[in-house]
Amino acid sequence: MQHKVIDTKDVVIRFAGDSGDGMQLTGSLFADMSAIYGNGLATFPDYPAEIRAPHGTVSGVSGFQVHIGSEEVATPGDFCDMLIAMNPAALKANAKWCKRHAMILVDEDAFDDAGMKKAGFTTDNPFTELSVEDRTLIIAPITTMTKESLKDSGMDQKSILKCKNMFTLGIACYIFNRPLQPVYDYLEKKFSKKHPEVIAPNKKVLDDGFNYAANVQAIPNTYTIEPVKSAKKGTYRNVTGNQAIAWGLLAASEKSGLPLFCGSYPITPATAILEELALHKSLGAKTLQAEDEIAGICTAIGAAFAGNLAVTTTSGPGLSLKSEALGLAVMAELPLVVVDVQRGGPSTGLPTKTEQTDLNQALYGRNGECPIPVICAHSPANCFFAAFMAAKIALEHMTPVLLLSEGFLGNGSEPWLIPWMKDYPEIHPPFVSGVLPEGERFKPFERDPETMVPRWALPGQKGFEHRVGGLEKNHAGVLSTDPQNHETMVRERAKKVELISKDLPDLVVRGPQEGELLVLGWGGTYGHIASAIHDLQEEGVPVAYTHFDYINPLPPNTAEIFSHYKKFLVCELNSGQFASYLQGLYPQYTFRKYGKVQGQPFLVSELIEAIKKEM
Amino acid sequence: MANLTFKDFKSDQEVRWCPGCGDHAVLASLQRALPKVSQALNYDKERYVVVSGIGCSSRLPYYMDTYGFHSIHGRATAISTGIKVANPWLTVWQTCGDGDALAIGGNHFIHAIRRNIDINIILFNNQIYGLTKGQYSPTSKFGAITKTSPYGTVEHPFNPGSLVLGAKGTFFARSLDVELKLNEEIMTAAALHDGCSVMEMLTNCVIFNDGAHKNLSDPAVKADHTIVLRHGEKMVFGKDNEKGLIYDGKKLRVIRIGEGGFTIDDVLVHDAHADNIGIHMALADMKGPDYPVALGVIRDVKDITYDDGVRDQVRQVAAKSTIHCVDDLLRSGSTWEVK
Repeated sequence: MQHKVIDTKDVVIRFAGDSGDGMQLTGSLFADMSAIYGNGLATFPDYPAEIRAPHGTVSGVSGFQVHIGSEEVATPGDFCDMLIAMNPAALKANAKWCKRHAMILVDEDAFDDAGMKKAGFTTDNPFTELSVEDRTLIIAPITTMTKESLKDSGMDQKSILKCKNMFTLGIACYIFNRPLQPVYDYLEKKFSKKHPEVIAPNKKVLDDGFNYAANVQAIPNTYTIEPVKSAKKGTYRNVTGNQAIAWGLLAASEKSGLPLFCGSYPITPATAILEELALHKSLGAKTLQAEDEIAGICTAIGAAFAGNLAVTTTSGPGLSLKSEALGLAVMAELPLVVVDVQRGGPSTGLPTKTEQTDLNQALYGRNGECPIPVICAHSPANCFFAAFMAAKIALEHMTPVLLLSEGFLGNGSEPWLIPWMKDYPEIHPPFVSGVLPEGERFKPFERDPETMVPRWALPGQKGFEHRVGGLEKNHAGVLSTDPQNHETMVRERAKKVELISKDLPDLVVRGPQEGELLVLGWGGTYGHIASAIHDLQEEGVPVAYTHFDYINPLPPNTAEIFSHYKKFLVCELNSGQFASYLQGLYPQYTFRKYGKVQGQPFLVSELIEAIKKEM
Repeated sequence: MANLTFKDFKSDQEVRWCPGCGDHAVLASLQRALPKVSQALNYDKERYVVVSGIGCSSRLPYYMDTYGFHSIHGRATAISTGIKVANPWLTVWQTCGDGDALAIGGNHFIHAIRRNIDINIILFNNQIYGLTKGQYSPTSKFGAITKTSPYGTVEHPFNPGSLVLGAKGTFFARSLDVELKLNEEIMTAAALHDGCSVMEMLTNCVIFNDGAHKNLSDPAVKADHTIVLRHGEKMVFGKDNEKGLIYDGKKLRVIRIGEGGFTIDDVLVHDAHADNIGIHMALADMKGPDYPVALGVIRDVKDITYDDGVRDQVRQVAAKSTIHCVDDLLRSGSTWEVK
């Protein structure tokens, strides 16, 4: 067989196996080494809610998709060029994601009668049964080879079997011409302290996988994906959305000079933010793992009152539990960042899957008239800036801010040009200063007439003693049930949020600045919609696109932008919540809805189809 | 530091509790205790924060001229915890009711105690929901007839003392609204205690549960129905201190001094600082008709506090870490250069 090295622009690889097979690790190692190599990159972990679902079943399949490119990559890719399936169930669950020319690597040893039966195959040829027999099939005895590789390692059988993923990673590294050094470095760093004895065997099995692939005649071609040439100069790293949120909050803490306090309760897929913050006590971050979601937000509200940059992190069901306390933060006019990493709902829903279905809850999910700023992140790396801005708005406008992320962003990763903090804006909370004139009392809800923002006096400041709380008060902070006062306060609190719009960046339109159709998106759908728009524009379709990072209030030029188009299509991972919101604000236009509620991101192909239908 | 008096802690707000409500007495006690605490600990007034949940007792922060937070039902303990962790320099007082702290806020209550966060919780126990006009609470007696239990409750009440000690509380004291001097005494002790201090105040709701604690407050019987415990003193009670508590090897027993062969030497000496929680649990559990109800500081032991732990860990980690600013953080771990 003639072996060819093919230079390709981009490639999508999907690692799939049993939820105990280590596919998340294998995929993220492959991603990290590609990032270090300098490729454009986007990842999409797709895993079940159970830690160890029934072995060998389709429901227990865990997947990790990596898209690498020689240019910047906007999405993890719709379909894959290579599928790595560690067992029959993984093949069954993922065969539909293979491109026509895809390569499929399977562990032959796992395709025994028992494995085939567990995965629900009814014939003895899984490839024909799934209609993928015409793909390039690499059927390798991965289990046997791993055992052979480590037979003299002194490791027990169970530990040896756990190294199958390293053998597989070795094969993938050969096929895509990845240097192995970054994996060695990872192994050294991870195990040098506690389990130095496992470093050498893991390296060996990785090398053996690589060499096996080089020697076996089953692999027709290998691929090179050059580093991104057009990338801006600077220091890069790979970052997940959850990590970036934690770091963005720490950045806001540094810029504001206020210590960070995070009160949270563990919940998928937001937990990693709390875990990440807990690591960074050296930057003064205090994390409190609360007894429940309500205590998470209430401890944060207490910390805000005491003058910290207060944060609580959660996902949909947790946000439901925090609703009442969020209303308290609105009423007490305290700065607070609430992060909601959205997952499939309602109720417990699809904990590990991604959706944008909490928008209505974010906008309206409280009793009384209770508006809060709602902002969102549009990519894993953008989570850093979004979190920073959430904190800046909260601290400067004395309001809780809801930051919407998504499971897709939180767990997904991409390369990030690391910024310098000196280039980030300052944060200036409206602190009181000086002393009050003799006999005068501090009025906690007296507002700046320009911004409607009250001033912030911290417990411990002499002479500014005052009370806040959930009951309606007047500007002086005295309880009041006066009808006119209540309406004044309701309107002022709403106005304060509305006026934040002045501080927001303008919307940017990609494509024709006026015309027939404007496609709208918000949050984590950015990469997919932008790719679809890019492809359509390449085809010559005159479609325009704008993406919202700020939902309440909307960017200042929103109305102006809308006035330049005839039709609007809102693409979102729900049944049309943002479209309905816009419809309420701009009844003169018709906002068409393109929604998907499957717990999965959009496919670029389905977006293209949907947009074409509107043209 | 200014010499503070009770007037310094009185706010200009109109006190809106019912005339005759026990809460007035607790407020007065706190306003009298805090100047003493300030004297003892060299605290200025701006250092105090008074936090509450929802209910009659939770209106108290408005009547104190300090920083105050009147929060939402049941959550005062979580708010207090956040304030103390955020700024351990502040001294946090919390007022809450039996429904507020033990029903809707039960979870936060036990976890604050478990963590031993340094806050001072005054639990107003009137055994009824007052502000919602007379429904039974988690401390209402079994069989209590209220608006939501017209035929009597069929559920057991909590004894707050057992709950606190069951969660390994480091400080528990009990008093009655009318016992102003004792209130001041336990409030001062609570302030001096480093850790979570719970003071159960048996308060009288004149409208919906009048006389709930009458058998403890009535001058005619209170000497026989209560015992005031003080660290290092004999556990004696009765009009002429003629009765005492002994431990008979299995349980506490009430004896008459000089009768049945018992002398004052047999009577237990109260050790509030004893690590062993068993005797404190037994004392907190005592009730009529066989036993007097224990008042005073029942338990006051030292243990590490949560707020100190958080602060110390931040310092220790910062001292060791190579990451001192966000720029360091963002450049830690695997990075690569594009030139």
